[in-house]
Amino acid sequence: MSNVPDNLRYRESHEWIDPKQDPAPVGITDHAQAELTDVVFVELPKVGAQVQAGDQVAVIESVKAASDIYAPVSGEIVEVNETLTNEPGLINTDPYLKGWIYKMKIADPSVADVLLSPDGYRTHIA
Amino acid sequence: MSDPVSSAPLQRSPLHNVHLELGGRLVPFAGWEMPVQFSSIVDEHKAVRESVGVFDISHMGQILVSGTEAESFLNQALTNDCSVLAPGQGQYSLLLNDDGGVIDDLIVYRTSPKEFFLVVNASRIAEDWAQLEKLAHGNEEVELANASAVTAGVAVQGPRSAAVCRHLFGVAAPFPPRNTIFVAASASGFMWLCGTGYTGEEGFEFFMPATEAEGWFRKILAAVKEEGGLPCGLGARDTLRLEMGYPLNGNDLSPERTPLQAGLGFFVKLDKPKFVGREALLNQKEAGLPDKLTALRMTTASPPPRPHYPILVGGENVGEVCSGTQSPSLGCGIAMAYLPPHLSAPGTALEVEVRGRRFPAEVVKKPFYSKKNG
Repeated sequence: MSNVPDNLRYRESHEWIDPKQDPAPVGITDHAQAELTDVVFVELPKVGAQVQAGDQVAVIESVKAASDIYAPVSGEIVEVNETLTNEPGLINTDPYLKGWIYKMKIADPSVADVLLSPDGYRTHIA
Repeated sequence: MSDPVSSAPLQRSPLHNVHLELGGRLVPFAGWEMPVQFSSIVDEHKAVRESVGVFDISHMGQILVSGTEAESFLNQALTNDCSVLAPGQGQYSLLLNDDGGVIDDLIVYRTSPKEFFLVVNASRIAEDWAQLEKLAHGNEEVELANASAVTAGVAVQGPRSAAVCRHLFGVAAPFPPRNTIFVAASASGFMWLCGTGYTGEEGFEFFMPATEAEGWFRKILAAVKEEGGLPCGLGARDTLRLEMGYPLNGNDLSPERTPLQAGLGFFVKLDKPKFVGREALLNQKEAGLPDKLTALRMTTASPPPRPHYPILVGGENVGEVCSGTQSPSLGCGIAMAYLPPHLSAPGTALEVEVRGRRFPAEVVKKPFYSKKNG
């Protein structure tokens, strides 16, 4: 069974965001990393980029394929996880903590409510 | 994260239920629904390099050629010289079109003085069959049989393959030497035990009636696990073969390019008086090769090179990636591409473009991986 932490919100395309933090970290879910396996490269977004919810902002490369990562909400990218450049496997081993991909300043904090709840996401991947 | 693309109805392996039971991730490949991985491509790859792995290769095709003129027929249809094969021996060979382009690459084994067993690529079974039938048309002394649909195959690959073989067939059973075939009859049909593979490791390939596949696979898997190995999918099969620089038809071989361009001249016997494509190859040899299948590796951390990514030199587009991946053994991106001869010398600096960004690469010698540098 995949780990779906209760303190996060989710997008159907398998990104998580922690809207309680400011800036809010974003990553991919345990379910997503298990599907991808063997992450070998992460193409990080640019710090300072203004993004809309649903924009493709990063790419995760596994041995098998390249997968687009989307912004769960609109806002500004304010930090990226440079550690992933040398240790892309952190996405597999620790998707919710050390494997965060970027942090964003959320444009409108209330929009986080349109994302899936932990139960909603559990149903989505069931 | 983007979702995988769904696709048209696919053929299923006789081991389909076992794949599901083992948690295999099934994907479309060459018209078949096959497991790309069971655990992780990297773990499966390492199992084959360090201990042993078992692969379902039931998608591959098998064609039987027999008759008093079987040998001369195959020597006109294929590039290698099968007259040198004694019963029980096999060789790599190619089936070409009239222009010298590759229809398929295959292994031909001689099972008796008048009988041959061909193992061909899943994606080319129909084309191979059509070409062989066309060439055999009107020849009463050659008989063709396509056993692809009723034959399953399992490959056991890795340094512990011999131990797996002993578990299966007893300590006295000889391990199949490289490029050999042993045929055994069973109640439900023939079984072929071949000393071949597609990984660069010691191993064997075992073809059998589809009805017997599940029983054999379970026995083989139990032996593989006992030796610390894993069931492996086509993902690891691809990274393993690419580390050796083995071409994959459809990626690295095509009807538009000759085996000389693909660096497979060793398997083309131009001194044979006649075979399909010979004239075109002689002409190409005389004129010089327009490009050569060249190995390259990424020289910095980069996304894995993948098929169709552009290759540049000095900002000029000089080709595209045919096969490419992240090498699990070497920890860097590796690829093959058709490049002009003046850019195919080892050490030549190149760039590979990935989503608009360029990453440095250099031409290297094949194989990418050997036990020494791995």
